[in-house]
Amino acid sequence: MTDRSVRDVELGLLLDAIYLRYHHDFRSYAQASLKRRVGSALLHFKCETVSRLQERVLGEPKLFTELLRFLTVQVSDMFRDPLYYRTLRESVVPYLETYASVKIWAAGCSTGEEAYSLAIVLYEEGLLDRALIYATDINPESLRSAEEGVYQTERITKFTENYRLAGGRASFGDYYSAAYGGAVLDRRLKKAIVFSDHSLATDSVFAEMQLVSCRNVLIYFDKTLQERALGVLGDSLCRKGFLGLGSKETLRFSQHAAEFTELVPGARIYQKI
Amino acid sequence: MSDIEVIVIGGSAGALDALLTIVPALPEQVSCPIVIVLHLPPGQANLVPGILARICARAVYEAEDKAPLVDHTIYVAAPNYHLLIERNRALSLSIDEPVQLSRPAIDVLFESAADAYGPGVAGLVLSGANQDGAQGLWQIQQAGGVAIVQAPATASCPIMPEAAMRRVGPAAHVVRLEDIGTFLTKLVCAKSRGGA
Ligand SMILES: C[S@@+](CC[C@H](N)C(=O)[O-])C[C@H]1O[C@@H](n2cnc3c(N)ncnc32)[C@H](O)[C@@H]1O
Repeated sequence: MTDRSVRDVELGLLLDAIYLRYHHDFRSYAQASLKRRVGSALLHFKCETVSRLQERVLGEPKLFTELLRFLTVQVSDMFRDPLYYRTLRESVVPYLETYASVKIWAAGCSTGEEAYSLAIVLYEEGLLDRALIYATDINPESLRSAEEGVYQTERITKFTENYRLAGGRASFGDYYSAAYGGAVLDRRLKKAIVFSDHSLATDSVFAEMQLVSCRNVLIYFDKTLQERALGVLGDSLCRKGFLGLGSKETLRFSQHAAEFTELVPGARIYQKI
Repeated sequence: MSDIEVIVIGGSAGALDALLTIVPALPEQVSCPIVIVLHLPPGQANLVPGILARICARAVYEAEDKAPLVDHTIYVAAPNYHLLIERNRALSLSIDEPVQLSRPAIDVLFESAADAYGPGVAGLVLSGANQDGAQGLWQIQQAGGVAIVQAPATASCPIMPEAAMRRVGPAAHVVRLEDIGTFLTKLVCAKSRGGA
């Protein structure tokens, strides 16, 4: 057996161990980038081999919490890809307006940026009072900081610029106040969001939505898991409901493609048939 | 020796010009997919697939997640995403932290190609202003693939090719820009004959 295949075996065992011990299922994640992140974890935890990391993670639950930071990628922005939010505002909001109560799911919400951006759009379009946003993730640390809704002051310039490009109707400054050495998002926005733990790898449908936004999460899954996740996302939508993906994610290569039409090419917003 | 199954190319400053020389010089026999990472500001990077499509007969796409790699096709990394190749010969994207201050990073693509294809990879480092690609090219060479570097004297920015030469050492094929097309053609065709 080559060194390379030995490393593959070790990685497989690590993921099995994590699944059996902590019920987090990374076994069907896209391998190429997962391998890199496990590589960084080895350096961080000063483990010579993946087997050593496996041994430690089994014995030290605290280390697992820290390892989650390597296994999941917490990179986000408010109004990331402004075109996406602009399209939601222009083409999806008119549809949401026809509902007495609006349910939206931000799946893989990381530290909350996406959920708060959605809340701002709904607020400006007069829908927030009758809307509920479920924001879910598998990383408990991220969910906790999402719930706090406090962001580093340095990030505000970028958020503000994105907000403007996304067609914001007011001033981004209206939505936060400076405190705790950061920017604290407005209570009105938080009130409409429920943050909770949910895995697209192991959990299933929990409510019926008019819009599901799942951005830059599916890229971390392999083909099989991606199909499973798309199944859950699609089954959560009501008829004619909308599915929003990341700007380089597409349904084109999926068996679920036929269940949707693309609303605006390029914006990666699909409508369930 | 096994066949070359994929060509991966990386570069930054001056690399687009180099591609304009190399890509049209590749004959049809060079059928394997070509995957490219360039460091460019997002506004310019978006234009690259269109530019390449105009100068060659191959299909050219901006890379999308899970796209299966197809022969006679060029894939260009999208701005702000790393581009990787999976073992099942499909592309995958990630927004992990930048590597060598770059996203997309050449090292990330090259490392994944070496892992997915082993000796079936030809890696090419073009003109550029930093060290990205050196480590990845070394990994390609270590996995039995072919490491190629644009001769620094023919690069408008020699830093990247020089870094790659230092990292890979004498195993690197250092080729003048005007000869890279021919070199790749011979490599791909020779290997196909030898490996059959
Ligand atoms: C790169 S972030 C994307 C954040 C945000 N959606 C955006 O586009 O800015 C990916 C998120 O997916 C989450 N994630 C990873 N695996 C998951 C799973 N199985 N179920 C739900 N979320 C997952 C990670 O914890 C991380 O917060």
